[in-house]
Amino acid sequence: MTPLLSVQDLCVHFVVKRGMTKKGADVVHAADHVSFTIDPGQTFALVGESGSGKTTVARAVLGLNAPTSGAITFDGRDLIALKRGARREAMRDVQVVFQDPYSSLSPRLTVHDVIAEPLQANSKLSGRELNERILALLEMVGLGTQHLWRRPHEFSGGQCQRIAIARALALEPRLVILDEPTSALDVSVQARILVLLEELQERLGLAYLFIAHDLAVVESVADRIAVMYLGEIVESGVADAVLHAPRHPYTHALIASVPSPDPERRSELEVIAGEVPSAIRPPSGCRFHPRCPFRMEICDQVEPEPHDAGGGRLVACHLPDDFDLGAAPERLASVTEEDA
Amino acid sequence: MGDLLEIRDLRLQFNSLRGTVKALDGVNLTVREGEIIGLVGESGCGKTITGLSVLGLLPRPQTEVTGGQILFRGDDLLLLGDRAVEGIRGRLVAMVFQDPLSSLNPVFTIGNQISRVVRVHKKVSHGEALEATRKALASAGLRPDDALLDSYPHQLSGGMRQRACMAMALSCDAPLLIADEPTTALDVTIQAQMLRLLLDLRDDLGIAQILITHNVGVAAQTCDRVAVMYAGSVVEQGLTAEVLKHSRHPYTMALYECLPQGKKASELHTIPGSVPDLIDPPAGCRYHPRCARAMEICETVKPDPTRLSEEHWVACHWAAGQVAAGEGVAS
Repeated sequence: MTPLLSVQDLCVHFVVKRGMTKKGADVVHAADHVSFTIDPGQTFALVGESGSGKTTVARAVLGLNAPTSGAITFDGRDLIALKRGARREAMRDVQVVFQDPYSSLSPRLTVHDVIAEPLQANSKLSGRELNERILALLEMVGLGTQHLWRRPHEFSGGQCQRIAIARALALEPRLVILDEPTSALDVSVQARILVLLEELQERLGLAYLFIAHDLAVVESVADRIAVMYLGEIVESGVADAVLHAPRHPYTHALIASVPSPDPERRSELEVIAGEVPSAIRPPSGCRFHPRCPFRMEICDQVEPEPHDAGGGRLVACHLPDDFDLGAAPERLASVTEEDA
Repeated sequence: MGDLLEIRDLRLQFNSLRGTVKALDGVNLTVREGEIIGLVGESGCGKTITGLSVLGLLPRPQTEVTGGQILFRGDDLLLLGDRAVEGIRGRLVAMVFQDPLSSLNPVFTIGNQISRVVRVHKKVSHGEALEATRKALASAGLRPDDALLDSYPHQLSGGMRQRACMAMALSCDAPLLIADEPTTALDVTIQAQMLRLLLDLRDDLGIAQILITHNVGVAAQTCDRVAVMYAGSVVEQGLTAEVLKHSRHPYTMALYECLPQGKKASELHTIPGSVPDLIDPPAGCRYHPRCARAMEICETVKPDPTRLSEEHWVACHWAAGQVAAGEGVAS
């Protein structure tokens, strides 16, 4: 199967001036050498903490950030090389739902107008046909016709997110980018939005690029995932495999840091020290090495290349593939010796 | 251990332009010495307002307390004057908020704003206040060197800012800390560090804590006991494992089932309907319109808290009926 979206070696760097009186500029390495593909009808999740570059990648796919280098191919067409008009045409198939439903809907537009806008701009629908289409979209996301002439402030967060989803689906896209679609919602509302997204995917054959920091949410929706740290993908593969048998120490730490809602599984709250370093001067070698409990000498010198660890799993780490991440760091000494 | 704080049947309302918001409708909560109790619930259920009411920080004049007591070591805080409450706030009961950046003053250094708190509450010299500040910063897991004391909030990372807020709360050795969503603004690896800190504060310094959170996982991992709130009332309270794993209130059960926990999205449980508007809350039990177990009585009579076991309380007609029926069979 040819992938629907293919991102190859994408780098997005931002230049920031040091200040009004200071000379020179710094480069923020927001995304570095990011590669992944999404197949039609599949859910691909990008996971990571704030500042890891998840949203930067999504914005680059949408054309909202100019990539520094790399290629983004959608349905066989190189999106970066396309001229403006042709790009706009191609981007009909790629739609987006943002995190905060209140700020992504105009407070001055009614639900009807919010959903009508993309249809009027991209199709010749008008009059009764337009209205029927809008009603069908509303029904699809589980909202009644009585809501048609209301404005966003009259809705709850969950309802607003449904409206944003209806708007994203208006042009019958093939890929929907969901940027933290449930993080602003309460758990009971989150569950209903996740169920809705799953239903819509099945019915319409949508592919999702799902961006989230909540691993439990990702586990419930994703087919494949990629874990990002400081602008780079450290590990990617089939979601269940990555989440249940992580191979990269960062993935392992991230999973162990999630507090389990089961009070009978208490010992699992592990702690890795330190915080995410600055993306302006990322650490040398492996970017995770200052926080890694298993770091070796090589880690601060050589940047690990992503290598195939079997079963479609890519891991960017110097540790051997059969290394037991659950082992206490004390065992590290013997492992390093064997390696040397 | 004895009770440090007891909130009895607290009721309060806000007067707004749209009408009277019946925000709290009978909150019952006990905090024992040296324990962490979790106050869990979804947005708008009254968790934060409960916390603020203990500190006398309710917005005035639109708030009206219509009933109940807040007993701190036996004294009713609601009967105290402003001056007396000021003496308690910070010294006996301290609070940390969700957003550390907006709870620190951007124009003062960390050392300055924390030592100022110490000097307000204790008659100590500048040097002693600085010493207490360093001690508090160390308890909050920061290195209390001069560089930190002289830094401004914007120079610190999110995790360090939240630790600085924690240090401010600890600076006067308050025996009760109210932590309002202290980890919600933080990344998960930093959240894990912060939760470890809360546990250390309980174990090493014996500080009792009310941990306000919407994250059931956070409560499950850190709290000794949990109280679940819905639409202004505590609906269930008890030991963490009892409340979360052997829930008796239909809302607690449904809330727990909504969590993904390794389930696929298509298998997720959902709660029908939405949270009621507290200007016109449902009569009887406020959860009854969404409840799978609702009975006739639920529409008219508000359920009183029923004791299920030594620690486990639930405010539900159905759960109480279950217990009565169970006892009938047993005897």
